[in-house]
Amino acid sequence: MLNRTFLLAVLLVLAAAGAQAQLTIDITTSGGRQIPIAIMPLAGESAQPQVVSEVVGADLARTGLFRLVNTLGVTPVPTEPSEVNFPDWTGRNAEALVIGKVEPLPEGRVEVRFRLFDVQKAAQLASFSYVVPPAQLRATAHRIADVIYEKLTGDKGVFSTKIAYVAKRGGRYELQVADADGYNPQSVLASREPIMSPSWSPDGSRIAYVSFDQQKPMVVVQNLAAGSTKIVANFRGNNSAPAWSPDGRTLAVALTKDGLTQVYRIPATGGTPQRLTEPAGDSMSTQPAFSPDGQWIAFTSDRGGSAQIYRMPASGGPPQRLTFEGSYNVGPRYSPDGKSIAFVQREGGRFRIASLELATGQVTVLTDGTLDDSPSFAPNGKMILYESQAGGRGQLAAVSGDGRVRQRLSSSAGDVQDPAWGPMPTN
Amino acid sequence: MNRIAACLAVALIAAGCASKEKQPDAAVTDRSAGTTQPSTATGQGSSSTTPRTTQPVTGNPLTDPNNVLSKRSVYFDYDSNAVKDEYRNMIQAHARYLGDNRNTNIRIEGNCDERGSREYNLALGQRRAEAVKRVMTVMGVGDNRIETVSYGEEKPKNPGHDEAAWAQNRRADIRYPGE
Repeated sequence: MLNRTFLLAVLLVLAAAGAQAQLTIDITTSGGRQIPIAIMPLAGESAQPQVVSEVVGADLARTGLFRLVNTLGVTPVPTEPSEVNFPDWTGRNAEALVIGKVEPLPEGRVEVRFRLFDVQKAAQLASFSYVVPPAQLRATAHRIADVIYEKLTGDKGVFSTKIAYVAKRGGRYELQVADADGYNPQSVLASREPIMSPSWSPDGSRIAYVSFDQQKPMVVVQNLAAGSTKIVANFRGNNSAPAWSPDGRTLAVALTKDGLTQVYRIPATGGTPQRLTEPAGDSMSTQPAFSPDGQWIAFTSDRGGSAQIYRMPASGGPPQRLTFEGSYNVGPRYSPDGKSIAFVQREGGRFRIASLELATGQVTVLTDGTLDDSPSFAPNGKMILYESQAGGRGQLAAVSGDGRVRQRLSSSAGDVQDPAWGPMPTN
Repeated sequence: MNRIAACLAVALIAAGCASKEKQPDAAVTDRSAGTTQPSTATGQGSSSTTPRTTQPVTGNPLTDPNNVLSKRSVYFDYDSNAVKDEYRNMIQAHARYLGDNRNTNIRIEGNCDERGSREYNLALGQRRAEAVKRVMTVMGVGDNRIETVSYGEEKPKNPGHDEAAWAQNRRADIRYPGE
């Protein structure tokens, strides 16, 4: 009985710690044009648990592509198109304007309405209404930000996506899933042993990762909704580096069951692995990644005498070398459009995230850390989330594909590492 | 040149050589690391789980601190899986023990320092474990009696972030059942 009470107390403390361990995000941008947008407070929103307009503004500002225009002193607050004074907004140098309202409905739900205007043309660009429980107001704000982002930039927004990462506190490892802005971190797995290399299934329903729970690395697939887990690769030696095929049916993994590390394919539900890379000489191959069209698998190999990135047909075949400069180019990840590969490059003892444009072979170094690792593209391809170790502590950071916008995501407690950006929501 | 010579020497024993992994900048690090390289005596910290009995442990050679078999750790240079000559006697002693104890199988666990990509380090750690295994199989231990695994950079023995810590973490440990 005493034990039960103690356990409950521990759980409460952990829950509190979890709430505090939310990620906070700092942004720096250099150069480039920012769209000036005015986001009015939505009428009635202050009575709700989430202030929708603030979440929308924070989402847009975090991309580095928008500048929030001061809305102070605008009275009365416009909530309908007829109340908008467009010349006033032109005078404030706003190019876009957002207005709206939040109204409680009888059965406890709320209705959120918003409108987006092109100030110059005095024209409405979008108008949406959502009926949701108050607890979902934050998610609704992300959906509104997605609409605005797409209307004004032409690209899909990723504000409603999730990220996964490994949090390390003391001797405890947690696989956490949070909103893309770092809010609502949920622990989906906790262990005293390391957790590595989380990878989202293409539909976002499962995460594959590497567990050391049996005192050696094995590949596990966890169903997020059910919480159920299945060991899909636990062969002799190491089992690691899971990567999903675009159809979600196959995992590429790195196994050592036949000697040094090689890349294999295995059904995502488990089964017999099929080796894809041949141990040329005394070489090893690891870190597979499927191309978005499912035709290729990029991977790291030292077959040429140093660690370089190669690709081969997804069913195996002769590898083709993709990186040539330097002696350490590892950990490839395809961009969602399949046109470039993000990877880890060592130069002068520093490890940084770089991008390889496949059509031209052009390599661009994107980050300036000393120990950057694990790049992961946002599903719209615009940002790359990665691990950045600073002062011996693991943090997450994100950089835009052109290196211009940088975000630092830090946790109040412990290390955060090995991030993976989830797919677009399916609904 | 010394590195190449050492590597060739190991190649004769292990029939495998890591020369292709050498980096010009790594070689510089390695030389400075020489002074802080932990001795095999420090390496014996890995067997600190040895149960203490009131009597001197003469029964089990694996846990007798005066027996070379109590030493289990092989340390590596940065970005290298070349087994240095100084560990040859120790590895040979374990190979001989396995020859005398045919029902005992072992595991060799490879580790890396924190620099570099996690998954690549996992593969490098396994390569280190495999290098130690090869020394033993050349000495006649059956291939299927040794499982090699890697912890990569995930389980550092020394949590520090300097060369002294890194030198302790570039390591392969020999583990007997129940350890």
